[in-house]
Amino acid sequence: MTDQDDRIRDPWGPRTPHAAGTAWPERVDQHLRDGVRAEDVQRWVRSACVLCSNGCGLDIGVIDDEIVGVRGRADDRVNRGRLGPKGLYGWKATDRDRLTKPLLRDDDGHLVEVDHDTAMRAVVERSRSLLERRGGLSHGFYTSGQLMAEEYYTLGVIGKAGLGTPHMDGNTRLCTATAAASMKESFGADGQPGSYDDIEHCDALFLFGHNVAETQTVLWARMLDRLDGPDPPALVCVDPRRTEVARRATVHLPVRPGTNVALVNGLTRALIHRGAVDHDWVRAHTIGHDELAAVVEPYDPARVGEICGIDPADLQAAADLFADARAPLSTVLQGFYQSHQATAAAVGVNNLHLLRGMIGRPGAGVLQMNGQPTAQNNRECGADGDLPGFRNWDNEAHVDELAELWDVDPITIPHWSPPTHAMQLFRYAEQGSINFLWIAGTNPAVSMPDLGRIRKILSSEDVFVVVSDAYPTETTALADVVFPAALWGERTGTFTNADRTVHLSEQAVDPPGEARSDLDLWLDYARRMDFRTRSGRPLPWWRTPEEAFTEWVRASRGRPCDQSALTYELLRHHSGIQWPVTEEAPTGTARLYTDAVFTTDTDRCETYGHDLLTGATVTREQHRALRADGRALLKAVEHTPPPGSPDTDFPLRLITGRTVQHFHTRTKTGRVPELERSAPRAWVELSADDAGRIGVVAGDAVRVSSPRGCIEAPVRITEVRPGTVFVPFHYGEQAANELTLTAWDPVSKQPQLKLTGVRVDPVTTPAGTSTAQQEAAWD
Amino acid sequence: MGLTVYLGMLHAAERTLAESWRLVADGHAAEADLHHLGHLLGDRADARVARLAPLTERYGERYDDEPERLEAEGLGSLREGPLGLLRDLQDLYLLASFVAMTWDLVGQAAQATRDREALDAVAYARPQVRNQMGFLRTRLEQAAPQALAG
Repeated sequence: MTDQDDRIRDPWGPRTPHAAGTAWPERVDQHLRDGVRAEDVQRWVRSACVLCSNGCGLDIGVIDDEIVGVRGRADDRVNRGRLGPKGLYGWKATDRDRLTKPLLRDDDGHLVEVDHDTAMRAVVERSRSLLERRGGLSHGFYTSGQLMAEEYYTLGVIGKAGLGTPHMDGNTRLCTATAAASMKESFGADGQPGSYDDIEHCDALFLFGHNVAETQTVLWARMLDRLDGPDPPALVCVDPRRTEVARRATVHLPVRPGTNVALVNGLTRALIHRGAVDHDWVRAHTIGHDELAAVVEPYDPARVGEICGIDPADLQAAADLFADARAPLSTVLQGFYQSHQATAAAVGVNNLHLLRGMIGRPGAGVLQMNGQPTAQNNRECGADGDLPGFRNWDNEAHVDELAELWDVDPITIPHWSPPTHAMQLFRYAEQGSINFLWIAGTNPAVSMPDLGRIRKILSSEDVFVVVSDAYPTETTALADVVFPAALWGERTGTFTNADRTVHLSEQAVDPPGEARSDLDLWLDYARRMDFRTRSGRPLPWWRTPEEAFTEWVRASRGRPCDQSALTYELLRHHSGIQWPVTEEAPTGTARLYTDAVFTTDTDRCETYGHDLLTGATVTREQHRALRADGRALLKAVEHTPPPGSPDTDFPLRLITGRTVQHFHTRTKTGRVPELERSAPRAWVELSADDAGRIGVVAGDAVRVSSPRGCIEAPVRITEVRPGTVFVPFHYGEQAANELTLTAWDPVSKQPQLKLTGVRVDPVTTPAGTSTAQQEAAWD
Repeated sequence: MGLTVYLGMLHAAERTLAESWRLVADGHAAEADLHHLGHLLGDRADARVARLAPLTERYGERYDDEPERLEAEGLGSLREGPLGLLRDLQDLYLLASFVAMTWDLVGQAAQATRDREALDAVAYARPQVRNQMGFLRTRLEQAAPQALAG
């Protein structure tokens, strides 16, 4: 067991270096409440961490119906016992500041405590009357990347088969929509091709906009154990900041924000010109090579160097490393997903692997990462802009399958266009055509772009806002009804991490007060709304998490995310199982596409695809004419100048991002003393050049302004790319999203949070001293 | 030669399309996707006009004195609200389809005259115009249920 305080001083913990192709050694991390020893713990309850997309297996320690600590599971394939700072300390938030009673806004506009029945009656009354007057289109649901598969699937059924509304999305739209979109465009369906095990086998690692050292600390520990081992992989880092990853990189490409497509086009061209394309493989397993080659041809190193602001020699060096690798592994995250031309850039990474046939083999793969622990479930269960089981909304046969599963008329399931994405959902609420908005476990009043606008929508008289959350947040403050929600450890369910690993998380303790799981809330709502199947059965007809899970895996049968042989019982005996889990693969599947047959058959694919520039959908007939028939699609577009580009009034480019101590809007991590103490408030990162020009030094307060708002915070001088400003987005009081613009990727609809033109000015008090100097504690 | 008439029609229609995209982009700026994409597609129409220039120089362009029955008029002014947006986008679709068909027919003439420069211009323009029609159809189909039945 390692020292409990390690993870604040050293977020990645002690090294366990090892050679390529050997198993990642175990290292068990544990943290218990002061004075509690491991032998005092009465029960260890199986679970996994929900504070990033890694999903590390752990056991929750319980004494007398209280959580007293956590211990990493040595037998878990994801972490081999390790836990990061959030996993190790995050559980401490479960007993702080909890909402324990439902709240209802009274006639004077105050939120007052009521009992559950009164709150739910108010919800059902409003929902019924709107449904009768205006139909299902008046209802919208905005959920989280924190709920469990059972909850997403149940909500999906209620929305699609009960209410008949297409307006349902998750905040996964903000973090992971592009991962899904890029895989759909390239491979025909969502589903992570690679496995974390590829880290043990790769000889080159490419991290595209993925600051893994802060976003998934245990995954970085896994990479560090290779980097410090006897035969380390080469490491290429694409990031405008000089991050920990950049410091360890063989090649660091500090691209100008908003130019990722130019970069991947340049890398692709360099591969082609080096003769690194595996033409036999490409001919057999892909379509679109010649069009791709034509699109990328103008992106010679000099031009790419100019657009991206990097040394052309570094671009060439990175391309050479990819071309020479026997087993390259790429990961992609927010630096690509929350930026300009997000889907096109992420697809560009898939293309690199397809051109060399480097996919589906140990070490050779792609990890289009997720931001949140249960984002994958939101995608596969159909509570975001997808239908359950990666079904295609534009394929009548897929919709009929769902209607059959749910015993409803297919016409009740909205499938005239893709389910409404989050940004459009809020737009409909703004325009007054969505009048009932249920928000579960997320805090859009901090995490969405252009917060002034979001607050206005949530406060509007025309929208009845229902919020379930474990804590009071900026969003619950604006709600009409608030339900206290059960947290992780207080309910049972499953969730799936970024490499398709499913974990069961069992209830360890009771939720406080009248708090309930979101599953119970939605089932109660559905019963009172009296949704019925064609044969008159209540819809949904299940009551417990395990029943919901059984229904969900039944819905996944035959689809790319098939989990039909997965049961709670199996998950109680194996710590983490990768889907597909079928009768043929009862213990799971490490990698997809090992046979290089992709999900692009017209009748099977999740999407017919999109034009990457405009988001125009490809029709069924057009897709059929491509005759992809299991071959992957190579797609590319030209680089276009990003919106919100810096100008004379707002000359700098703001990128937002994460810090290792916090998750999302800090509703949990902000309540953990260890985490909060080490990162209590926002800061502004500037390069030394920019700080000099503005006339500020480290610790000085600055005001960052955009056309939409401004925030103030102290300066840190870092090796961020000159011209670029970084602000962490976690903090509600100095919210980076006061500044960000409303814009999204045309295909994934993921907001572009890393592209805002801003200006930075010193803040001085009337006495002439900076506010930061007066508050010495700031730095 | 009738081609000069078609080059004139195409030139005028593409200019109108560019202006109409920018009008929608700014007038419906609260639809954030249209704001950014509208300007991009307006710029693309400008670029296609530039590709037409060598052809109109060689062939000349002439405006027909036949009576106009169905003219490719621009949007002129914008409508408001979800229904107004739907109708504005539908007008853009009509304009884009007029442009697309005109490029197609100029392409037919280019084949008949074995004019490689004209064929190249058509090869450049046709996928773009088809794409923007695809986008408009996608966007219209997505917006219609809420605007008409919501």
